[in-house]
Amino acid sequence: MYSKKVIEEFSNPKNVGSIEDADGVGEIGSTIDGDIINISIKVKDNVIEDVKFKTFGCVVAISTSSMVTNLAKGKTIDEALALDNEDVINALEGLPEGKDRCSGFALDALKLAIEDYRQKNK
Amino acid sequence: MDIMKRIYMDHSATTRVDSLVVDAMLPYFSEMFGNSSSLHSFGMEAAEALSMARKQVAEAIGALPEEIIFTSGGTESDNLAIRGVIPHNSGKKHIITSVVEHPAVLNTCAYLESLGHEVSYIQVDGDGVVDLGKLEASIRENTVLISVMHANNEVGTIQPIKEIGQIAKKNNIYFHTDAVQSVGKIPVNVDDLGVDMLSISSHKIHGPKGVGVLYVRKGTTIEPIVFGGNHENGMRSGTENIPGIVGIGKAMILAKERLDADSKHMQQMRDSLISRIFESVTDVRLNGHPAQRLPNNVNLSFKYAEGESMLMLLDMKGIAVSTGSACSSKSLKASHVLSSLNIEDDYIHGSLRISLGRENTMEDIDYVVESLKETVLKLREMSAISS
Repeated sequence: MYSKKVIEEFSNPKNVGSIEDADGVGEIGSTIDGDIINISIKVKDNVIEDVKFKTFGCVVAISTSSMVTNLAKGKTIDEALALDNEDVINALEGLPEGKDRCSGFALDALKLAIEDYRQKNK
Repeated sequence: MDIMKRIYMDHSATTRVDSLVVDAMLPYFSEMFGNSSSLHSFGMEAAEALSMARKQVAEAIGALPEEIIFTSGGTESDNLAIRGVIPHNSGKKHIITSVVEHPAVLNTCAYLESLGHEVSYIQVDGDGVVDLGKLEASIRENTVLISVMHANNEVGTIQPIKEIGQIAKKNNIYFHTDAVQSVGKIPVNVDDLGVDMLSISSHKIHGPKGVGVLYVRKGTTIEPIVFGGNHENGMRSGTENIPGIVGIGKAMILAKERLDADSKHMQQMRDSLISRIFESVTDVRLNGHPAQRLPNNVNLSFKYAEGESMLMLLDMKGIAVSTGSACSSKSLKASHVLSSLNIEDDYIHGSLRISLGRENTMEDIDYVVESLKETVLKLREMSAISS
């Protein structure tokens, strides 16, 4: 059974979409895995000013995408990089046993987006 | 939210117990609670109920009462059929089954393999139909049993049971079919099908959970897997679940009486649901055989929409369905049935099984079509790969 918070994020996900002139984009997954998460970020003065996601996947993939973008918004690059999977799972008030496979994907996509931003702004 | 519409379309998982079945069962909990093995009048009441239910089940499938063994359900029936034909202290035996069987059959076969027996798992075509050529070619000298389901629980494909029965007979091999999904939806007659053993589950046909039947044709020698006080002619020991058995007897009679009307009604709803979804949603495919399928089974796959997410959004609209998607399963793999059908990667994660029942209405179909459309569109908008 999913927590109320997971269901809430899943049914009303925040930050859905993609940023047109993004400063960094990260994408993870494939149709074979059954999850594809795309996260784009807008950075100003080292702070993640805006972040959006597009996700094809299960309840966990969608709710973690929503939560990861929530958590990253307004954080500095270093603060965002310090986020770990436990922070995401705690913010979602837990995930059912055996459902943690996809839970790290959204965070990975965010970190890829930050990596992309850093590469472009070397 | 409290007075939300609730539509149950997961009848391949389980069904509501019919009120006539409940009425038939009730006296056997509180008034006629005897043990059918007892000699007194309480025992006799139970024994009479047992014998009556045995006649009802036998009559419904064209069998003799003495060919009916009551079990705890479809899983036990499958276990008894398959493990029952492997005699003790004898050499390596060979069983033929299909890759799309229920886990009750597949895991029983895997267990027998671990004991040193051999099993051939026959592939299916893209519609889920067992390849008869491969099945016949896999027969060996030590083949003792063929077990192929009557109709598939996920995609609804109906197997060529008669043809398999003829192959089995010609080669002097026992033939078992799991008819758990077909009873009450299509005709099930043991002679027409040419089977030696057939499994039935009560809770799939508006009967109670915890009771099933294994039909065993006279002359088929199997050994029990449960030992004790020699109930059910020694084939299944344990004090009989009389209320449950009365329930399955009644459910079988109702399933038989209502077969024509029920299957026509379900097929109309099925065909309407399928054609309307195809008219209103792009990038959708029907899984399973288009014609040789159960009248109550709709199994669709949608591109860019994941199965578990669809299931949960539909549940929020009060609609209960199921999915074979990876994320809904403990193994995190797409169902073994969908995986065997050659479904493209883009579609395999977006499957939805809608299994209809006699209680569903065309109004329900209207609501489900609308809700499903909204659900798929919502997920596609959110999806990273939608076009």
